[in-house]
Amino acid sequence: MINITIDGKKIIADEKKSILETARENDIKIPSLCFHSDNSPKEGCGLCVVEIEGRKGLFTSCGTYPEEGMVIKTKTPEILKVRKTNLELMFSQHAEKCNDCVWSNRCRMLNLAKAWGLHINRWEDRKKNYPQYDFNKVITFDSSKCINCSNCIETCHKQGIDFLEVKKEGGFHIVVPSSEKNKDCVYCGQCVTHCPSGSFSGVDPSLKIEEAIKNNKYVVFQFAPAIRTSIGEEFGLEYGSVVIEKMIAGIKKLGAKKVFDVSVGADIVTIEEANELIERLTKKEKLPMFTSCCPAWVKFVEFYKPELIPNLTEVRSPHIVLGQIIKTYFAEKEHIDPKDVVVVSVMPCISKKYEIQRNELKGSVDYVLTTHELSRMFLKNDIDIKSIEGEKKDELLGFASGAGVIFGSSGGVAESATRTACFKLLNKKLDKIDFKEFRGEEEIKEAVIEIGEIKIRIAVVNGLLNARKIIENHLHDFDYIEVMSCPHGCVGGGGQPVPTSKEIRRKRAAGLYEIDKDEKIRIADENPIVQNIYKEFLTDKNIIQKICYTKFSKKEKEN
Amino acid sequence: MKTDIIQKLKEANLKGRGGAGFPTYLKWESVLKNNSSKKYIICNAAEGELDLAKDKYILENYFDEVISGIKIALETIDNSSAYIYLNKKYSSLVDKKIIEGLDITIIEEDTGYIGGEESSAINFIEGKNPEPRKRPPFVSEKGLFDMPTLVNNVETFYYISKINKGEYSNERFYMIVGEKIKGGVYELKDEMSIREILKLTNNYLEIPFYVQVGGGAVGEIMIEKEFDNLVSGEGFIRVISYEEDPYLLMEKWAEFLINGNCDKCTACREGTYRILEMIKTRKLDLKVLEEMFLTLEKTSFCALGKSIPTPFRSLINKVILND
Ligand code: FES
Repeated sequence: MINITIDGKKIIADEKKSILETARENDIKIPSLCFHSDNSPKEGCGLCVVEIEGRKGLFTSCGTYPEEGMVIKTKTPEILKVRKTNLELMFSQHAEKCNDCVWSNRCRMLNLAKAWGLHINRWEDRKKNYPQYDFNKVITFDSSKCINCSNCIETCHKQGIDFLEVKKEGGFHIVVPSSEKNKDCVYCGQCVTHCPSGSFSGVDPSLKIEEAIKNNKYVVFQFAPAIRTSIGEEFGLEYGSVVIEKMIAGIKKLGAKKVFDVSVGADIVTIEEANELIERLTKKEKLPMFTSCCPAWVKFVEFYKPELIPNLTEVRSPHIVLGQIIKTYFAEKEHIDPKDVVVVSVMPCISKKYEIQRNELKGSVDYVLTTHELSRMFLKNDIDIKSIEGEKKDELLGFASGAGVIFGSSGGVAESATRTACFKLLNKKLDKIDFKEFRGEEEIKEAVIEIGEIKIRIAVVNGLLNARKIIENHLHDFDYIEVMSCPHGCVGGGGQPVPTSKEIRRKRAAGLYEIDKDEKIRIADENPIVQNIYKEFLTDKNIIQKICYTKFSKKEKEN
Repeated sequence: MKTDIIQKLKEANLKGRGGAGFPTYLKWESVLKNNSSKKYIICNAAEGELDLAKDKYILENYFDEVISGIKIALETIDNSSAYIYLNKKYSSLVDKKIIEGLDITIIEEDTGYIGGEESSAINFIEGKNPEPRKRPPFVSEKGLFDMPTLVNNVETFYYISKINKGEYSNERFYMIVGEKIKGGVYELKDEMSIREILKLTNNYLEIPFYVQVGGGAVGEIMIEKEFDNLVSGEGFIRVISYEEDPYLLMEKWAEFLINGNCDKCTACREGTYRILEMIKTRKLDLKVLEEMFLTLEKTSFCALGKSIPTPFRSLINKVILND
């Protein structure tokens, strides 16, 4: 620890934290744009510059570290002046397409421009004719909004994908999708949540959903585990706030007939996946078994590591299973023609948009809406979930166990499956429900679970580069491996609100574990709704196979 | 031997010829005193400055001297390996036979201007984007593959060899260019004035002219009353008559810089582009220009970005506004 002074305030600082972070922790505001706490400092936008006494020039505080005795100023007239010029220059390249931007009213560029009274159209946008790319109708990359910060490049690289790359054209460096045959997008959407200028976004189906509602279709919404602790952010609530009933009321107000909880699907997936795991363990085949509820991970395997396809669990992902159940079991119960049912999944995820286009799964779910896109629909329809009166979930497919809820965090699937496996193998109530060894934001977690005679070696991984490391170096050290593409799992998903950071993801996950802790039923098998479905509908192998299982195949480059 | 060459470099008062003018012996000392298990030597032959080709001339004529300079470094620095970071265009000038059996690897590059900056060069050799790194740490402490690295320019290695042989008496190479002169590369005494150099080489125009000194793009403009100044920075002089269009020259600089920078910093990427746009209209808005200059100087990450205002400001003030 060292002593420094920032704007006259004496501070005891940690040399390992940048001046920017140190200032922020001490309530001294420094604007920044290209800095993302998940990435290395880019030091490019030039907004965070500060003055250091005794040194010539200004320094980017995001990449400069405090030294003993440093005296730093963050707001001299010169600093304020050059920050403004830099921001105007960023607007001079960035095409302002604010109406449908993922940053909505939280855009730091626009908010700073307003606060500083800038002229955002001082120059004609240099990039106005830059191309827009469409990645398989899942992600749009509008390069006319790019401000050259290269966070997307680092993010894509950290996933081990390197699909986004920098090319030099006409004297400028531009971000482009790779044309190399062995590189393809897996749709994790981390570029979306790490771009400060809204250049990436998911392809938004909300107009089609509105259309379906208008045409009197029987529109059913189901929302994923991770949504309930993040949607509040879009309306100014604290990070991690649990919002369920108010969100349901909002969705109902949009015109949905029913609102169900994907966590119910998660409970069914848990049961099936635990079965499959126990079977593979007994037969000692296709091990380790990988989870497959993350479509970006599945695409990664199918494209980059097709030899591992047999290792993926063939159980479908929760929203697909529940979508199927809605269109069969539920429709029949309610006497509705399945053709009239439109299922919309609200997901923290972009790759789910890809998943529903897969041939084997087509028809299960009609549209995938991200957390952010749902909030925009609310906004458009004057729905404020802060003030709206809450409504309960629709009963039939509304109640989930705590296990189904924690699916939204890295380690949640492994923990839920472990609970069920223990329950099944031991055939009795468990004394241990919490498997904390799977929780937390660490990128790779390991544990050996002993259930009676059986030992299961489990790894929980988030981030695709980490998955690659495990595959390439430790594949046979494990029996069961949970992989989620996004940091901290779905709470850090590509469809979640921006901004994102370790701290924010931690709070979203904590919210989910809170729900689980307070839930009376915390094992999938004990969920009465699920028990009922197995009693009334999923009664034999064939129907279970049809509703709950899928196949994978090697993928060629799609983008 | 080790202290021997350092002592010689110190006595010769040799300064790096890549443009920064840092005393060579200090760089060597810094790499030497670090007790790391592996060290690297890079001969920077990227020569990316606009219209500059003096290293090309040296490679063409004295490649063996350059190599013997590198050899001295290899012998002086334990556990070291060397790279020649070579401008692709100069590929044919290098006689690969001369380096046979030596621990010298040639890396060809076509990264443009910014790629010639020493830490960009290191990034490129490591397979990364040729972008400048932050200092500290200095590359002499933590450079190529995070090991202490000695980066010297072609001309510097040439003179190291000369110094070692006792054949150096304060020379340097100058490149002189201009539309109205013969120009060329000349080996003359260091610390000569602009006037002396131009007269001595028969490049002193009869008609009124001004010069750009120290670099083909970011060198400063000097007018007649400054001709007794010494040449600092790169050994480069551009002779420009008042008959030539100064706007065309500025366009050339701006285009070169836009093409040669790394595009990391907003001011360098967008500011320089807006400067070019303005120059093309032939209407200078001095207030806006000063705003761009200030932002470039203050918020660019590397020395290139910070130095971009130099040529424009000096040309506009001294020649166009004539004050
Ligand atoms: S935030 Fe530091 S330069 Fe962009």
